[in-house]
Amino acid sequence: MPIRVQTEDFDVSHEVAALRRHNPQVGAVVTFIGTVRDINEGSSVAEMELEHYPGMTEKALEDIVERAKARWDIDDALVIHRVGPLLPKDQIVLVAVTSAHRGEAFDACEFIIDYLKTQAPFWKKEQTPQGARWVDARVTDDDALAKWDTPDGFSKTRE
Amino acid sequence: MNIELRFFASVREALGVSQEKVALPPHVATVGDVRAFLRERGGKWAEVLAEGKSLRMAYDHQMTDASTPIREGGEVAFFPPVTGG
Repeated sequence: MPIRVQTEDFDVSHEVAALRRHNPQVGAVVTFIGTVRDINEGSSVAEMELEHYPGMTEKALEDIVERAKARWDIDDALVIHRVGPLLPKDQIVLVAVTSAHRGEAFDACEFIIDYLKTQAPFWKKEQTPQGARWVDARVTDDDALAKWDTPDGFSKTRE
Repeated sequence: MNIELRFFASVREALGVSQEKVALPPHVATVGDVRAFLRERGGKWAEVLAEGKSLRMAYDHQMTDASTPIREGGEVAFFPPVTGG
């Protein structure tokens, strides 16, 4: 269950090849890649800075992947999240899930990114023509999480 | 009791501090108590850590709520709702 937080970019083909190299039982690979948009909330974004909470971040991501593994019959999962300065079009996050059949991999991949967006301690700060601003959490992200509705410790931290 | 405090993102900027060690009086026993204790510093502290603010808390690297008890050497963090991914 590889988890990586890094400033460097990642190569999706390389990562997926490594993830399934020794696993001939894998019949499906689902990947999600989050990228930097050049417009957010009506303002152009020249640059973005991603902050995180070292130590907690890795723990949170491992916990999310563990939950996905407990819920779906998946083979493995990889999460790479970048931090530091990023530019529009840059890759931010990769979630890759392998399984014998596609259904489990699709669901687990979506679950992992939905949980990551509301539970993993990352924060985005954007540079716009109006100055720097912290990105606000989206209600739609909470809605996305709610659809997985599990009676677990995560939901109690939501307001 | 001595604990470590951590602040991130907009909370860190508003308070002007990212990390500090603090000695707590005996009546401070939970994460929520720590938040209330820090509000007593007044000014920005009272504002940023006010009840009703959309603030997240973590204890020893786990998202948590105000009722979580704290122990000697623990780490309490305050930050805004997360925006990664």
